Amino acid sequence: MLVYVVRRLLAVIPVMLVVATVSFILIRLAPGDPASVIAGPYATGDDIARLQRSLGLDQALPVQLVKWWGRLARGDLGDSIFLRRPVLEAIFERMEPTLLLTAWSMLVAVAVGVPAGVVSARYHNTTVDQSLMAFALIGLSIPNFLLGLLMILFFGVWLGWLPVAGYVPLEGGLWLNLRSLIMPSLALGLVQSALIARITRSSMLDVLREQYILAGRSKGLSERVVIYKHALKNAIIPTLTVIGITFALLVGGAVVIETVFNIPGLGRLIISAVLRRDYPVVQGVVLLIALTYTAINLLVDLAYLAIDPRIRFR
Amino acid sequence: MRELRVFLRRRSAVLGAVLVALNVLVALGAPLIAGVDPQALDVKARLARPTGEHWFGTDHVGRDAWSRVIHGARLSMIVGGSVMVLSFIGGLTVGLLGGYYRTMDNILMRFMDGLMAFPGIILAIALMASLGPSVVNVIVALGVVYVPRVARIVRGSVLVIRETSYVEAARALGIGDLRIVALHILPNCVSPVIVQGTFIFAAAVLGEAALSFLGVGVPPQIPSWGNVLSEGRSYLQQAPWLTLFPGAAIMASILGLNLFGDGLRDLLDPRLRGVQGASRES
Repeated sequence: MLVYVVRRLLAVIPVMLVVATVSFILIRLAPGDPASVIAGPYATGDDIARLQRSLGLDQALPVQLVKWWGRLARGDLGDSIFLRRPVLEAIFERMEPTLLLTAWSMLVAVAVGVPAGVVSARYHNTTVDQSLMAFALIGLSIPNFLLGLLMILFFGVWLGWLPVAGYVPLEGGLWLNLRSLIMPSLALGLVQSALIARITRSSMLDVLREQYILAGRSKGLSERVVIYKHALKNAIIPTLTVIGITFALLVGGAVVIETVFNIPGLGRLIISAVLRRDYPVVQGVVLLIALTYTAINLLVDLAYLAIDPRIRFR
Repeated sequence: MRELRVFLRRRSAVLGAVLVALNVLVALGAPLIAGVDPQALDVKARLARPTGEHWFGTDHVGRDAWSRVIHGARLSMIVGGSVMVLSFIGGLTVGLLGGYYRTMDNILMRFMDGLMAFPGIILAIALMASLGPSVVNVIVALGVVYVPRVARIVRGSVLVIRETSYVEAARALGIGDLRIVALHILPNCVSPVIVQGTFIFAAAVLGEAALSFLGVGVPPQIPSWGNVLSEGRSYLQQAPWLTLFPGAAIMASILGLNLFGDGLRDLLDPRLRGVQGASRES
């Protein structure tokens, strides 16, 4: 088991290196060299040359790449061109809404998706199952930003129950903060719950065909015990796998949803950086998200070990 | 023929095929169906309600929303189709090379892992930042996002196929690598790729809409579902039709592709029946 954990940890290293390299290449795909972008449209040739030297852009690409790895290892993401301050600082400032939004959406996705999948499997091929799965199909077919817009239209504009947009930070009070996140989290979470519901349902159906379920039923266990204690425990593993993917989809979705609801998070930061050609910020946000995603996947894999003893002995 | 009957028996798959076909027809005949130019301004009728003249109403500068949604269908089909083809070409190349030549496998797959460590839309946004807004760049950016997903599937199949006795027999007969890969391995790993293709198509349509909605996709003057929704967002209260109609178009399109893909998967790969893959990684 220890071997497995160590091997899994070591596998992260090449991924990180590639992630760092890809983000290095990204900035160099842009037309023109980074120095002239940083220097701005009014810079002279001399200015640009000086900037190139000070940024190390006059060195060979492999040298630059190795230096970039070294800087990253020290947690130095460089300075924002537009904001004139360290990228990492700008990121930390914008992290709260994105983190909260992702967490709440994850909660919605799991709290809706897992029960829907279980109920669907329990009442397999009935109207309940079919209507739940029809909903899931709609969920898979609606883009999260569209659901967000529709929710604003119904609950914000027509019914006036919730604020149409905007964000109240945690400092502004827990309730107001929560209120500003209800619609965004629902828009994002409900769309994701569709995938979770479908996976939970199909893995429940597989498990319910197993011998030990039949054994449990024939020794007179109540249906509730069979479903929740025996079946769900075994069926939850594929669902756990999708949690890693769900996280990626939620973070990606958060970036889009923040635009819909005017939430000043990482999504707004990266989009405004793209529009202003502020490459270090784009690079920093992208890198940070990729690292977080890699870490979450690692945690999910390690969580299997805790949950499924069969994997421990592989 | 038996397979076709299996497909036709599933009503949802047929509905999906009909929706996809409808979408393709609309895309092909866009200028005819739209009637008016999607760029034509009718300044007197800014933000007009849906009427007999403007079926879906007009936007903030008086352009006909029906025409823009219809032309948006064309754009999303072009983007979806091109991204699918691009990811096939890239994914098959990488997957076949990695699966067949074990020495290259490690490097190629680590690179693919690295690309997959970025959530899809984030990688696409970052690529768009460097490439700049255009239709071709949207296709390239989304293509790069989906190459690793195809490559992984292909590589998995190749690893199994290369150990089969018919490949061994071919090798024993002295047939060259290129011929073995092209004639014996490639045809046998195509069907899971095709199934994945419909989901990539759907994800690319969603991806284009999301990128354009965010303002980093196709340039704003080009009629795209994402652009129409993005412009309509500012007028949600006065002109909800600018959100409702293009929204319905996106949903019908994605729903069709998902249903069609589910049907195709049941047809080509019965083992996966009932499992919706991680296809929605947009």
